[in-house]
Amino acid sequence: MSVADFAFYVFAITTVASGLFTVVSKNPVHSVLWLIAAFLGATGLFVLLGAEFLAMILMIIYVGAVAILFLFVVMMLDVDFAELKAEMAKSIPVALLIGTVLLMQLGAVLGVWQFADGAEAARAAITPAVEEIHNTAALGQILYTDYILLFQMAGLILLVAMIGAIVLTMRHRTNVKRQNVIAQMHRDPAAAMELKDVKPGQGL
Amino acid sequence: MVEFFTTTNLGIFLLILGQSLLVVVPLLVALAFLLWGDRKIWAAVQLRKGPNVVGAFGLMQSFADFVKYIMKEIVIPAGADRFVFLLAPMLSFVLALTAWAVVPFNDGWVLADINVAILFVFAVSSLEVYGVIMGGWASNSKYPFLGSLRSAAQMISYEVSIGLIIIGVIISTGSMNFGDIVMAQDGAGFLSWYWLPHFPMVFLFLISALAETNRPPFDLPEAESELVAGYQVEYSSTPFLLFMIGEYVAIVLMCTLISILFFGGWLSPVEFLPDGIFWLCLKIVFFFFVFSMVKAITPRYRYDQLMRIGWKVFLPLSLAWVVLVAFFAQYGAFWGAYARWTVGG
Amino acid sequence: MEDLLREYLPIIIFLGLAVVLGLVFIIAAVILAVRNPDPEKLSAYECGFNAFDDARMKFDVRFYLVSILFIIFDLEIAFLFPWAVAFKDVGMVGFWSMMVFLAVLTIGFAYEWKKGALEWE
Repeated sequence: MSVADFAFYVFAITTVASGLFTVVSKNPVHSVLWLIAAFLGATGLFVLLGAEFLAMILMIIYVGAVAILFLFVVMMLDVDFAELKAEMAKSIPVALLIGTVLLMQLGAVLGVWQFADGAEAARAAITPAVEEIHNTAALGQILYTDYILLFQMAGLILLVAMIGAIVLTMRHRTNVKRQNVIAQMHRDPAAAMELKDVKPGQGL
Repeated sequence: MVEFFTTTNLGIFLLILGQSLLVVVPLLVALAFLLWGDRKIWAAVQLRKGPNVVGAFGLMQSFADFVKYIMKEIVIPAGADRFVFLLAPMLSFVLALTAWAVVPFNDGWVLADINVAILFVFAVSSLEVYGVIMGGWASNSKYPFLGSLRSAAQMISYEVSIGLIIIGVIISTGSMNFGDIVMAQDGAGFLSWYWLPHFPMVFLFLISALAETNRPPFDLPEAESELVAGYQVEYSSTPFLLFMIGEYVAIVLMCTLISILFFGGWLSPVEFLPDGIFWLCLKIVFFFFVFSMVKAITPRYRYDQLMRIGWKVFLPLSLAWVVLVAFFAQYGAFWGAYARWTVGG
Repeated sequence: MEDLLREYLPIIIFLGLAVVLGLVFIIAAVILAVRNPDPEKLSAYECGFNAFDDARMKFDVRFYLVSILFIIFDLEIAFLFPWAVAFKDVGMVGFWSMMVFLAVLTIGFAYEWKKGALEWE
């Protein structure tokens, strides 16, 4: 067994085991932490495939950004564990049923899975060898020109996500003091204060 | 003998382990003196003496501190999540160190010469936020929890501008490998380094680096006047030490990144002097000095101001700079200074 | 392929070294230091008060918004990386296609700004 094979098994087992713990952990925050471990295992698998760029992006986007969002959400939830467990006992039969059906479907699909003739060759034809060009550049050379439509659609989806997030979560709190920096910087003594000459013995 | 280290699996493993030790040990020893320097500079600005008892000029202070940390009791709060509580400092220490595996110290002196070195450092530094969040959450105490929330929001806000600034440098170089980035700055001494074409971004990067590493004036997560010590409140002994080392290793890493991205790494500033690791160390120490001085002379920001600078000033500026650099590079403005691959750099 | 993986080996070993070092520090303290816990020492630090409820409380939805916006901008940066690396090869089409992409996201950014999502209160 070469070092690469050994590494494959280590990463694969890490990924699967972490996935399992994500599901069975009692504490939701622990679940997210296990999920992160699963992502890191997948990062290792990507590196073993030679997909360096995807590996790093998986780490940056999923671990560095999406999982933080998950953590925020999970930490923000006020979870009552006892209630949650009682709730779970009720839905276990349904969950088991759905699980079994899904498993059977997956089994059915895998059983009849086969590659089309020349699928390997078609894939190899558009994938340059790792030795010639490293895959970030290879990706860059086709993503913005050959797949321009998909790329622009991704941009639009991001725009929709941005607007959606704001529409859903923006709550403007009233009666808070906000700092208006521009106004603050353009204040001058002439506009902001007034000198009054107060005579002795008299009020204003 | 040489064959043993280049062909057999065990030999290769031992060789790499040796090389790793060669990076880690000098790094940690240098860190001890940098920490001492940090305190000395801070003290000097405030007209104090600073550490001056242990060893000559107090030089051994950090080592004495180290021994003291190890002799202290590890207090784990009763309500804490024990595993996560200890995992958090480990994580911030390990991640901060790991990024050094891809940093080149001289031409070819790099442990892991990967093509996506910058992305790796960027990824690892984006994971560093977990040490803070997990530490704050696991302590099950209010100050740490608030500190970690603040810190998480702060770190991710400034990461965006750091990423965009890095993009500008990559456009100019056409590669994400640190070695390539440094070699692209080779030429007419310090005038061909990237600080000149990417001038405004040097400051943005420096300030974002301060925010990313939770250094003053952006040390909101551990603002002692309001949050006591933020996410570190419940930590003692070596777990605290690990947080501390992790923080300082991350700071030195940021200094190194600035040196490599904008100040030519190991290149010599004038042509008649040879390039070498000496120059890189000098640059790192210089930027560490800048970090210390900033800590000593600036007051802390308010949290809303911090977020405003990150999202409303740095993000638009760095995004606009990426577009500008792209135009300069595409149309060959400034004699190819923004498109180094055209001038054969 | 082998060469590529060879370059990643040091990272794994380096990672292992860092983990071992961290563990050594923690275990050293466990072995060398006294352990003498008492209820007061182990209670959460709250400036002398007794903690009166769970510290893991609900917090402002704003943190959530910041992290969503961060994901979006992080994705934008993720798209920029291959473009920056392949900058000299993508030609005019690639150049302008990225400019359009950035313009679309700048519209989103302007919307955020106008809506006040970037304001911390």
